[in-house]
Amino acid sequence: MADNNPRLVVATSPFDKGPVDTPAIMRHVLYALAPTTLAAIYYFGLSALLLVTVCAFTCAFTEWLLGGRGSWRDSTVKDSSAIVTGVLLGLTLPPGLPLWMAAVGSAFAIVFGKLLFGGLGQNVFNPSLTGRAFLQAAFPVPLTTWAPYSNLDGFFSLRGDTFALPFLRPEVDALTTATPLALMKFEFLPTDFSALLYGATSGSVGETSAALILLGGAYLTWRRFLNWRIPVAIFVSVYLFASALHMIDAVQFRDGVHHLFSGGLMLGTIFMATDPVSSPVTPRGCWVFGIGVGLLVVIIRQFGGLPEGVMYSILLMNAATPIIDRLTQPALYGSRTGKKDDS
Amino acid sequence: MLKRVKSFRHGVHPAEHKALTDSSPIERVAFPDEVVLPLSQHIGGPSKPVVEIGDKVYRGQVIAEATGFVSVPLHASVTGSVTEIDKHHHPSGRLDEAIVIKVDHNSPQTLFDERTVDWENLSNEELLEQIKQGGFVGLGGAAFPTHVKLSIPEGKRARWLVVNGCECEPYLTSDHRIMLEWADSIFLGIRVLQKILSTEKTYIGVETNKWDAIKSLASRIPPDLDCELVPLETKYPQGAEKMLITAILKREVPSGKLPIDIHVVVQNVGTIAELGDLFAFGQPLIERVVTVSGLGIQNPTTLLAPVGTKLGDILGYCGGVTDDLREILFGGPMMGVPQQFLDVPILKGTSGIVCLTEEQLQERTESPCIRCSSCLEACPVYLDPSTLGALARVAKYDEMLDYHIMDCMECGACSYVCPSNIPLVQRFRVAKGLLREKQTREKQAREEAERAEAAA
Repeated sequence: MADNNPRLVVATSPFDKGPVDTPAIMRHVLYALAPTTLAAIYYFGLSALLLVTVCAFTCAFTEWLLGGRGSWRDSTVKDSSAIVTGVLLGLTLPPGLPLWMAAVGSAFAIVFGKLLFGGLGQNVFNPSLTGRAFLQAAFPVPLTTWAPYSNLDGFFSLRGDTFALPFLRPEVDALTTATPLALMKFEFLPTDFSALLYGATSGSVGETSAALILLGGAYLTWRRFLNWRIPVAIFVSVYLFASALHMIDAVQFRDGVHHLFSGGLMLGTIFMATDPVSSPVTPRGCWVFGIGVGLLVVIIRQFGGLPEGVMYSILLMNAATPIIDRLTQPALYGSRTGKKDDS
Repeated sequence: MLKRVKSFRHGVHPAEHKALTDSSPIERVAFPDEVVLPLSQHIGGPSKPVVEIGDKVYRGQVIAEATGFVSVPLHASVTGSVTEIDKHHHPSGRLDEAIVIKVDHNSPQTLFDERTVDWENLSNEELLEQIKQGGFVGLGGAAFPTHVKLSIPEGKRARWLVVNGCECEPYLTSDHRIMLEWADSIFLGIRVLQKILSTEKTYIGVETNKWDAIKSLASRIPPDLDCELVPLETKYPQGAEKMLITAILKREVPSGKLPIDIHVVVQNVGTIAELGDLFAFGQPLIERVVTVSGLGIQNPTTLLAPVGTKLGDILGYCGGVTDDLREILFGGPMMGVPQQFLDVPILKGTSGIVCLTEEQLQERTESPCIRCSSCLEACPVYLDPSTLGALARVAKYDEMLDYHIMDCMECGACSYVCPSNIPLVQRFRVAKGLLREKQTREKQAREEAERAEAAA
């Protein structure tokens, strides 16, 4: 009886708790990434598998080494967010990248993209993209060397200098091809739509199959772990802006569909622009953020020096997130009255 | 006949646990040996005792009178003798003045002043006075004096009466049983309210997890009574006054205003049923229906108990508690108040007693906010709990005012959904308390300065 057992908890309500916690969200993001990762391995073989594994492991290890408070019990690596960062970074890299570079980029992503801000939830920029931006600046040539895709027959053939040693001049005789975006930008060659949809194109390991990335996005939206407003805003703004340009000059400016399904747009939109930490929390803010990313992508792709602009677009909008949140606070309940009031 | 299910935006879906008690009829408890009647059981001025120690009091007799307009009298809920008028444990956690009555077990416990009230021939003022003298307060939880809510201020009018039968808190089934068993009292109460308010239309809003109550009430509405059943989505906090109004009438109560400002009066269905009893045979508010539920109690039951019955007596009546009991709440798990003493009494506003076990209270550690925006999509008044939580964590209370913290109604939906287990609403309560304190102090300082100026 309670008389003899004074161990009653006296706290404040609520005393019930929803089933979802942060590690669960991270786990579901990994499930959603699984089809894309498997497709990457199908198209780019062992190189892709090693790349993603090394990134995930390095991120987790760095988080454990520097992010914990001394004990395993308090270690923040257990929430799996570092693994998500690693897998995402791996998916944005070219298949033939030397593994040591991937490891350096992963460590940078965790330390400079996340821990220096104060760890999970505190970072301004998406950590995966921070790591990739660093790699792009540090190693511009390997980061833009694209191995051709193949299928499972070539599983064990490496796509580049995967095992190159740090700071040795990489061999440059690896077989390379151009990505659909580069083909379009520099040679005005279109790529077949079905190839873009199923992923039979060259590019970063994870930006092959648009269909599988959308599948992952649909799963996360269904489980309500993804704010659908951001991808919708990006897709619509990219499509409309690109189509408008295309109507002006069909040779110089690609059509909207090609923009949507080529390059890193799908992967970046579904898995990085929607990173909750670095994107707005308010519903209207999500629209603003998505439209901003979409416009920047088309501007960089069509008018900038690079064939691809998804990474920088997202990072730029990440920087704008705090101000967007501030300016798009939801309209309070009861603040929209007036007209009907005097009926 | 019944139209489509209505609802408000946002909100959460906690596990209901209502099956524990929703099929057992309301059961009257045996009179306990002693009842404790705190003078402060309602919002407003505490009642003032009119009896002394040693006095013999009868069930239904006034033992403390109202002090001012926003106050109600208190009645003896049992026949017996006054043994104590002193500080006593109050469910709010404070020590508060209370009248203790030792029950006379030889008394037949008949009502002190049993009578029918000829309400049809009374004026509105007389009806309101009857309700006030009956000690009526809202039984849904907030315990606001009923006659105050029914007194329409000059220049305003009540077009709609909304009867709140949502009972959106998990576990609680008091209103559910009342709607099934006391339909006639409810309809009588509605008639009286319609007369007082001269409303155009009456709605009874009930969540669809109580289809049996919706059907039974709808089939028993007297043909001459204008009143419509509205099925509402089972979602927390559907029973919050503002959410209920928005769900049924598609109107929002302006920030800082009351429902009457948009011509609506909301009353809890339990209050209305008790009002029906007042006008049927003159019974003041001396007993109420209380759900006793949770995995920590041996026999979950819906009880009819005298106001002032002590927690220990009620737990004993329900077969005692289980060994793994860890928490006893007055109210439901979302907004209930935890109790630490077995001698606290149930009040007029106590809708349920929920006993939670060790297993149901798994402790979770707080982790950083990942800005997932689940709380924004849960908040029924469209706040940004994510940003508010970040401000509260570093005690930037003044800045929280810019994010409308004072509009928070503390429903707890944000804390419920937060995947990082951040105690959001808990911190908001602290912030609101401190901000209110500060506002009071500033007002006092201003007034003092004005007085000093006037004197000089």
